Amino acid sequence: MRNYLDFEQPIAELEGKIEELRHLSDDGEVNIADEVSRLQTKADKLLRQTYTKLSPWQKVQVARHPNRPHFCDYVEALIDDYMPLAGDRAFADDKAIQGGLGRFRGRPVVVMGHEKGADTTSRVKHNFGMARPEGYRKAIRLMELAERFKLPVLTFVDTSGAYPGVGAEERGQAEAIARSIETCLKLNTPIVSTVIGEGGSGGAIAIAAADSVLMLEHAVYSVISPEGCAAILWGTADQASAVAEALKITAQDLTQLGCVDAIIPEPVGGAHRDIDATMKAAGDAIEAALSKLTGLDAAALIKARRAKYVAIGREGLNG
Amino acid sequence: MNWLTNWVRPKIKALVGEADVPDNLWHKCPSCGQMIFHRDLDAHINVCQHCGHHLRIPLAKRFEHLFDDGVYTKIELPRVKIDPLKFRDKKRYTDRLKEAQAKTDTGDAIVVAHGKIKGKPVVIAAFNFQFMGGSMGMAVGEGMLAASRLAVMQKAPLIAIPSSGGARMQEGILSLMQMPRTTIAVEEVKEAGLPYIVLMTDPTTGGVSASFAMLGDIHIAEPGAQIGFAGRRVIEQTVRETLPEGFQTAEYLLEHGMIDLVVPRSEQRETLANLIGLLMDGVKAIAPPPAQKAKDAAADLDIPTPEKPSTDGDKDAKADTKPAAKSDENSGEKSGAKSGAAPTE
Ligand SMILES: [Zn+2]
Repeated sequence: MRNYLDFEQPIAELEGKIEELRHLSDDGEVNIADEVSRLQTKADKLLRQTYTKLSPWQKVQVARHPNRPHFCDYVEALIDDYMPLAGDRAFADDKAIQGGLGRFRGRPVVVMGHEKGADTTSRVKHNFGMARPEGYRKAIRLMELAERFKLPVLTFVDTSGAYPGVGAEERGQAEAIARSIETCLKLNTPIVSTVIGEGGSGGAIAIAAADSVLMLEHAVYSVISPEGCAAILWGTADQASAVAEALKITAQDLTQLGCVDAIIPEPVGGAHRDIDATMKAAGDAIEAALSKLTGLDAAALIKARRAKYVAIGREGLNG
Repeated sequence: MNWLTNWVRPKIKALVGEADVPDNLWHKCPSCGQMIFHRDLDAHINVCQHCGHHLRIPLAKRFEHLFDDGVYTKIELPRVKIDPLKFRDKKRYTDRLKEAQAKTDTGDAIVVAHGKIKGKPVVIAAFNFQFMGGSMGMAVGEGMLAASRLAVMQKAPLIAIPSSGGARMQEGILSLMQMPRTTIAVEEVKEAGLPYIVLMTDPTTGGVSASFAMLGDIHIAEPGAQIGFAGRRVIEQTVRETLPEGFQTAEYLLEHGMIDLVVPRSEQRETLANLIGLLMDGVKAIAPPPAQKAKDAAADLDIPTPEKPSTDGDKDAKADTKPAAKSDENSGEKSGAKSGAAPTE
C-alpha cells in the first residue's frame, strides 16, 4: 500500500481508480484496458507536473516520506561485503548512526549514516535517526579506522537533528558533534557525504563536512527545521511553509549557495517510487565524486577541503 | 541592558517615590534579587557582591578587565555579504541587523582584539550577546578565521569567549556552515602549536557549543553560565520530565567532564596568564614559521596586518596600540579606558 502526502491527493485518487478498474477486469463489457491506460497517462502527467514544481515545504514532506529509502537501503544496494561495526568504545552503541566496512563498486570503504527506521519497531530502535553523543563518537571512531587503512569515507545524512535529551547533554552532545566535524575536516582520505532525506542542523553537519557534498533532488538540508524556526521567529509553527521557503533548504538553493556540490536526480514522484533507479543514480554520483578525489595526497585533500569551506559565502566579495 | 531599566525602575520608584531616578543607577541581581548600586557593579566587574552571581558584562568592560592596563587593539573584520538569503520574518533581517548595530556599536556579534595579559600577548575573539543574542552567521565565522590567523601570525594563543544562543537562523544554511568554518579556524591555531583556550560565558549553546567552543585545549567557564547543545525547552518537550537541578550550568558540565575549570571573573586574568605561561614555555622552543607564510595568510583573509608582537613584558607595546575605544553603552556611564575594577590587580 502506497502512502500519499497531502498534496498528492489528486494523484492518489487517479491511482485509486486505476487500481479499482484493474480489479474489475474480465467483465468484457467496457474496454477496461483503454480506460486504465487513459487514466494512467493522466496520473503520470499529474505526478510529473507536481514533482517538477514542488515547493520547499512539499520537499520537506517528501524528504520525510515514510517510504523514502533510508541508510539501510543504500547499504543494501550499493555496498558489498558489508560488515556493520558497533559502539563508541566508551558508553554504548547508538543505533541512530549505523556504519561499518564494505565495498563500494569494488573499492573498500568505510560507510556510515543516520538510520531512521522503516516501521514503528525499527524507528524506536534507531531513535528516529536522532543520534546521541555515542553516535557521533562511533562516527569518529569509524573515520579514524578509515584513516589507518586509507579507506575513503561515505556518509549518508538523514536526520531531523541530534537528540535533545538529558543523558545526551550530560554525556557531551555538543562536544561529540564538534569533534565529529573536526574529524571530518582532518580526515586524510576522501570523504563524500550524501544528504538522502533530511539534513537536520548540527546533527547532520557532524558527518557532512566533506570533500564532496551530494544531495538528492528532493532532500532538504537546514540549520533548523521550518517548524522550529517558525516557532521561534513567529511564535507559531503555522508559518512552516513560508519559513521553508525563506530558509533556502532545497538542493537547488544550496547548490546556488555553494554548500552542495551536486544534485542526484530522483525518479518522478520521489525516491520511494523507484528505489532501484534512486540507488543507481546515487551510486553513479558517489562514484563520480570519489573518482575526482582519488589520487590526491592527504595534505592536498585536507587543504582543498578546508579551502572549500573557508570560501563558502565569500563569492563576489573583494575577489 | 534595557530589560534592567524597564524592569527595575518602577520598583525603585515605588520605594523612593516619583523622585527622579537616573537610568541604571541601581541594578537588580537576577539571582538573589538584591539591589546593586551601579558603582558596586562596576567595581565587581558585573558580579553581584551579595551572592556572587555573574551578570552579563559588556564586551568593552570585559576587555578592559582582561587586558593589561585595559589596553587592547581591535582588528577590523572582513566584510561579509549582507542578508544572503533576503530573509524576513516579522521584520526584515537587514532591519534587525541595523537595529543591532545601532544598539551595540559593533558590526556583528563578534569582536576580535589583541593585547597582553600579564605581559603575554594574546588574541581574543569575544561574542557580544547584545547583538542578536550573539548568534553565529557569516560575520562570526569570518571573525573567528581572522582571529585564528592573527594568533598564528603573532604566535600568540587564541582565547575564544563565546556568549551565544547558537546559529543565526536568518542566514539559513550559511549559519550552519560556520560550524566547520570556525572549526577550521581553531585547527589552524592548534596546528601552529599554539594554545587555544575557551572561556565559556552565559550562554554557550547550540551550534556554537557544538563547534569551536568545545574544541579548546582548555575549557574554562564562568560560574553559573548556561552551556549545552539543545535548549532547555526543547529537551523538556522531548523527554517530558523536569530537568535535573543545575542542568546545563558550568558547574554541571564540570561535574560531567566537559570543562576543566569554573573560574570567577575576578580570577580569570590570573588563570589565563598562568595557563598560557605553562603551555607556551614548551612552544617557545619550536622554531617560528617563516614570516612570509604568515603574511600570505593575512593577505588571503584581507585583514589588516597588525604590528609585530613586542617582546614579553615590553611596556612600550602601549605606544602603538590605542586604548579601549569606548565604554560600552550598557555600563551606564562613560568611563575611561581604565576602570580600575580588577580586584586581582
Ligand atoms: Zn545576587
